[in-house]
Amino acid sequence: MIEIHHLTKIYSDGQRELRALDDVSLQIKPGEIFGIIGLSGAGKSTLVRCINMLERPQAGQVLVNGVEMTALSKGDLRTARQKIGMIFQHFNLLSSRTVFRNVAFPLEITGVPKAEIKERVDELLRLVGLEDKADSYPAQLSGGQKQRVGIARALANRPEVLLCDEATSALDPETTTAVLELLQDINRKMGLTILLITHEMPVIQQICDRVAVIEDGRIVECGPVLEVFTRPKTEPARRLVRGVIDIEIPSELLEQHANGDGSLLKISFIGASAGRPIMGDLMQRFPVMVNILFGRIDHVKDTPFGTLVVQLSGEAQAIAEATQFLAGQDLHLEVLRDV
Amino acid sequence: MFNPMVWRLIWQAAGETLYMVGVAVVLAEVVGLPLGIILVTTERGHILENPLVNRVLATIINIGRSIPFIILMVAIIPFTRALVGTSIGTTAAMVPLTVAAIPFVARLVETALKEVDGGVVEAALALGASPFQIIWKVLIPEALPSLVSGVTITAVNLIGYSAMAGAVGGGGLGDLAVRYGYQRFRTDIMLATVIILIVLVQAMQSLGDWASRSLSKK
Ligand SMILES: Nc1ncnc2c1ncn2[C@@H]1O[C@H](COP(=O)(O)OP(=O)(O)OP(=O)(O)O)[C@@H](O)[C@H]1O
Ligand SMILES: [Mg+2]
Repeated sequence: MIEIHHLTKIYSDGQRELRALDDVSLQIKPGEIFGIIGLSGAGKSTLVRCINMLERPQAGQVLVNGVEMTALSKGDLRTARQKIGMIFQHFNLLSSRTVFRNVAFPLEITGVPKAEIKERVDELLRLVGLEDKADSYPAQLSGGQKQRVGIARALANRPEVLLCDEATSALDPETTTAVLELLQDINRKMGLTILLITHEMPVIQQICDRVAVIEDGRIVECGPVLEVFTRPKTEPARRLVRGVIDIEIPSELLEQHANGDGSLLKISFIGASAGRPIMGDLMQRFPVMVNILFGRIDHVKDTPFGTLVVQLSGEAQAIAEATQFLAGQDLHLEVLRDV
Repeated sequence: MFNPMVWRLIWQAAGETLYMVGVAVVLAEVVGLPLGIILVTTERGHILENPLVNRVLATIINIGRSIPFIILMVAIIPFTRALVGTSIGTTAAMVPLTVAAIPFVARLVETALKEVDGGVVEAALALGASPFQIIWKVLIPEALPSLVSGVTITAVNLIGYSAMAGAVGGGGLGDLAVRYGYQRFRTDIMLATVIILIVLVQAMQSLGDWASRSLSKK
C-alpha cells in the first residue's frame, strides 16, 4: 500500500546539513497497522510528512497505492492527498468551527453536496462516538475527544491510508488506549492501512502488526512486532523494548542463585505455546526438579508471551536431556547458567 | 449651554468625521486585506511562497508606513485632485486617510493571520485543500477575531488622523475645533469636540472589543 524506496531528506540552513532521513526503504502492506518508533529527533515526523509530500525529499520514491507521490503536479497531489488521511499530536482542529463543521471541512474541500455532507458527518460522528458533541467547539472538548474529531475528519473522504503522527502523545494512558482501540476498530472494519508513529513502545505493543525502529534517520530494525519485542537484534531496539517488557531478569535473583545447584534457564513462550503445560510435561518425562524463580506474561497486540526463569536440579545427565527436550519445543530458550 | 446653531455645527462635524472615517476604513480594508494576505502567504514555507513578491510588497508597505500623515496628505494632493476633482473638503480628505490606512491595515492583517496555528494550515494541506481554500476557509475564519480587532484599531487611528485632515480644510470635528476653538477662542466648543471625540473613540473601541470577543471560540 505504501512503498518507500531510498528516501533521503536533508535540511540545510546554508552552512550545515542535517540528514533527517538517510536512505530509508519500507514496505507497508494493505490493511496492516505499521508502527515506526524512535527517539525524539530520529526523523519520524519527517518520514510521515514525506509520504504526503508536506515535506519534499531530495531523493527516493514514495508510492501510495501505486501512485508515485514525488512526481505529481500540484493539482494531482491535492487529489492524492484527499485519499490519505492524517492525524496529529496536537489535533490541529479549526477552532472557529464546530465539531460538525470540522468533520465537514474535507468534504467541502472535495465539493461534496450539502445534503450528502450532513449524512456523512453524522455517520462519522457516530463512528467515533461524538454524536452529542456536533455543535461544540474544539475548545470545549477534552484531548481524547479532540483526537476523535481529528480521526473523523481524516476518514471523511474514505482514505485508503491513515497517517498518525504521535496521535496519542498528548493523551493520558487511559485515553490513549481508547483512541488506539478506535483505530484498531476502524482498521478491522474498513481494512484501512494505518501508519503510526510514536516514541511510546506501549502504543506499538497494543495495536501494531509490524514495526520499524528508526534512529538518526535510518531504519535500524524492521519486522513483526512480536519478533522485535521478544528478540530485538539491534541495540536501539533493545533499549526501546527494555522499558516496556522487562526481559532483563532482576539481578538479585541471579546473584542469589549463582552458587546453587542445577542449571538456570530463561524460557520465552510465544502465542499458543504459552498455553501448554510444558513444565509439567518436563517433570513427568525427566527425573529433574523444576523450581520457578521468575515469571511474567505480556501481550503484544493480541498475542500473549511469557517469560520464565527456572532452576533445574537433579543428575547432570537428566538435566542435559531435559534441556535438550525444551530446546526442541516451540519456545525460546536461553541458558543462564550451566550445571 | 450652546445655542441650537452651535449644536447643529457640532453634529454636522461629527457626522462628517464618521463619514470620512467610515468610508476610509472600508476602502482601506478592501485594499489592505488582500495585501496582508499576500504578505503572509508568499512568505518562505507558506502556501504561496514567493520571495520576490514578498520583498517588494513588504518594502512598499514599510515606505508607506514611514511617511508622516501630514506630509502624505500634502504630497498626494495632485493624486487627490485627479481622483475626486478637489483637494479640500470631506470627500477629498478621505483620499489621504485611505492611502495612509492601507499599509497600516496590511500589517495588522499580516499580524492577525500569523497568529493562526501553522498546524491547522498543515492539516488543511494534508486534506488536499487548495491555497484559495486555505485562505478562505482556514486563515480568514481562524483569524477573524484578530481581524476585527484590527478594524477597530484602524478606525480609532483614523479618527485621530481625520482631525488632522480637518485642520487643513477637510471638515469634521478637527476642523470645527480649529476654526472655532483655536481661531475664535471658543474654548467651550473646542472642549465639546474633544469630549465628543473621546466618546466616539470609546464607543468604537467597546463595540470592536465586543464583536471580537463574541467571534472568538477559543
Ligand atoms: N523544518 C526543519 N528544518 C530543519 N531541521 C529540521 C526541520 N524539521 C526537522 N528537522 C530536524 O530533523 C530531525 C528529525 O526531525 P523530526 O521532526 O522528523 O523528528 P521526530 O522523530 O519526529 O522527533 P519528535 O519525536 O521530537 O517529534 C531533527 O534533528 C530536527 O531537528
Ligand atoms: Mg515528530
